[in-house]
This record gives sequence, structure tokens and C-alpha cells, in this order.
Amino acid sequence: MSRKLPRERYEKTLSYRLKIWLEGSRDPYLGNLEIRPREPRQEDEAALRRMQEDRKRVRARVYDTEHNREVVLFQKMYRGFSLLFCVLLVAMLLMGVADLPPLGEADRPVNNEVSRRYIEKGLEETGAVNLVTGMILDYRAFDTLGESHVLFIAACTVLILLRADSKKGKNSEEEAEAHDRAYEPKNDVILQTAARLLVPFILIFGIYIILCGHLGPGGGFSGGAVIGAGLILYVSAFGFARAERFFTARTYKRMSFGALACYCVLKTYSFYTGANHLESVIPLGTPGAILSSGLILPLNICVGVVVAGTMYTFYGMFRKGGY
Amino acid sequence: MTVFTCILFLFLIVCAVGASLSGSLLNTVLIFMSYSLVMSIVWVVLEAPDLAITEAAVGAGITTVLFVLTLKKIHAIMGAEAAGREAESELEHRRRRSL
Repeated sequence: MSRKLPRERYEKTLSYRLKIWLEGSRDPYLGNLEIRPREPRQEDEAALRRMQEDRKRVRARVYDTEHNREVVLFQKMYRGFSLLFCVLLVAMLLMGVADLPPLGEADRPVNNEVSRRYIEKGLEETGAVNLVTGMILDYRAFDTLGESHVLFIAACTVLILLRADSKKGKNSEEEAEAHDRAYEPKNDVILQTAARLLVPFILIFGIYIILCGHLGPGGGFSGGAVIGAGLILYVSAFGFARAERFFTARTYKRMSFGALACYCVLKTYSFYTGANHLESVIPLGTPGAILSSGLILPLNICVGVVVAGTMYTFYGMFRKGGY
Repeated sequence: MTVFTCILFLFLIVCAVGASLSGSLLNTVLIFMSYSLVMSIVWVVLEAPDLAITEAAVGAGITTVLFVLTLKKIHAIMGAEAAGREAESELEHRRRRSL
């Protein structure tokens, strides 16, 4: 339904002004706006000097320079020492590089007997068809344990740094973000349809990578990262409210603690029985079967759980400081 | 070294230079993502499929998501709603000035 406006009132409306302005028949600023050339900025010598003196006085008061001669000395020497430190560090690194054995020498650490032994006896000793997994989760499982803990500690640090404070004032933007109103999905049809189709396949592919880590390429870390990416896709399509039905911060803590503890216990048992030297009760099985190669499969699952949870936690923390 | 590998390496170099020279942070992140993607293909060519899977999932997927989230947090890129709000306030400002 349209209204008819008299000419005088129409000329006062915004749309009429906009139309005139667009057509360029009248400059709306003409006669309304005073344009003055800006005077060149002048440096006030006295103010500048006063500012510098103020800075000196504030610094003297803050550091109590009269009684802290060391601080003054430190501030004076700071640049020189930082330069010296950089030069020394570079020199040390260059010396270290110069001390490396030359490339291609026969008795380099790369060419020693360890790699030959891994290649020759790896399948026999670890039972893993994929030698890489056999190495990182059997010969060098202790390294992998450290890496999993590094991930867990990184997630804890992100939790400490980015977790939203729940005591903020009401109706603030932080409040809205914390309650996920600002970031709740706008029911994007394309994203939701794609997520509904893709997420199951991504998750199953991640589980496959984890479970077949000892048979082919893959393993706990890559599979966990794939699962984490799938979870992130699900959350960005459907929102945290739906994801919280099966995955919360408490779930993450329990899962990763359980996985890390499980890893520790399994590996402690392995080391207690002498790692590679004594007979352990865990059979290696037939190489190539899914239930083979001793402890590698459960260790892979543990690493995968930790990595997937950590990736998802990073996302939740970065996005709204909690989930 | 086949032609295909050469093209991949060339693309890697171009991406690395482009990521550091690009003006906008979002462009840098996107170029970095394509770098990771090509890097994962290079890992396959170098017969390291383990690394290829990890690179594709972490480098091209999760790192990019975290970077983009950080850019959004520091308001380097605007969501549709924020852009709409900005435009509205701009309109309001103009209306007041013209009246």
C-alpha cells in the first residue's frame, strides 16, 4: 500500500535528497559546509622538551634510580648486551653447524647400524607392516609419549589463556560470545548439507587411518587430526549446542587423561618386561592382520584420542573461549 | 625429476614468497593453506604418505581454521552480521548529518 505525499513534504524526505544527490543537480554540502584549509602542524619546542623531561622523571620514579644503580647501568648496557648476545648465539650455532660431519661420510650417524637393523628386523620385532609406525610406536614409543604430553600441555595452556571469564558484566559482547549467540550458525543450508554428507565419511576415514596405522600409511596423529577436522566441520555447521550433547570440556579432559594414562601403563609394562629383549605375553600376531603387532594398535588409538580432542579443544577455545 | 614435480616445487616457491609479501592477512592465510596442500602432494611424490595425510589434515585444515578464527577475533575480517551493523551505523550517521 502506498501513500501519497504532498510535494513539500516529499522534498524534505531522505529519498528525495538522495535522488537529487545521485542525479547531481544540487550539491547537498553547498552552503552547508565550511571547508577551511588545515594549518600546518607546528612542533612546540617547549612542550616537546617538557615531555622528555617528564618521561625521564617518571622513569626515575618508577625504577627508583637513585637507589637502584644496577637498573640504570642495565638500561645503558641493554643494547650492547643484546647485540653481543645475538652475535654470540649466531657464532655458537654456526660453530655447531661447522662441527657436523660432512655429507655422505661412511661413519655418519645416519649410516650407522640402527637404520639397517630397523629395516631388517623391524617387521619381525614389532610385527608392523608399516615400518614407520613400528618405529615411532615401538622402538621410539617414549618419544611419542612425550609428544602426546606436549599436545596435552599445549591444550591446557590454551585453556588457561583463552578461557572466557564468566564473571564479566551482563549484556556485554563477551557475554554474548560466551553464550555463543554471536557465533551460533545462521542455519547456512550449503554448509549444513555439506557437513551432513561429509562428516560421517571424514570421521570413518579418521578411524580407519588410526586403526590401520600399523598396516599402511597413517597412525594416531594423522587419524586424530582428521577426526578433529571432522568435528570442527560439524561444530561450525550445527553449533556448539548440538556438539555438546556428546562432547564437552569434561569429556575431553576425561578422554585425554584416560588415553595418556593408558599409554603410560601400556608402555611401562612394555619397558618393565624389557622392551625388546625379554618375552612379553602380548603376542605379535600375524603381520598384516588388524589385530597384530602387539601394543601398537592400542597405543595408536590412545594417541588418536588425544590428538582429536586437542584439535577440537583448540577450535572451541579460539572461537569462544570455552565449550 | 618429472615435469609435474618441477611445477609443484615452483608453486611452492611462489606460494612461500607470496605469503610473505601479501598485503592482507587473510590472503596470507589462504596462500599458506594452498602451500600446505601442495606440500602434501609433494610428500606423496616423495613417497611419504604418512606425512602427506598429516600435512593435509593439520597444515591445510586445522591450522587455517585457527588462523582465520584468530583473524576474526582481532576483527581483521568481518562476518556478514558485523558488516551489516557497520553499514547501518554508517547510514544512520549520514542521515543525521543530512538532516
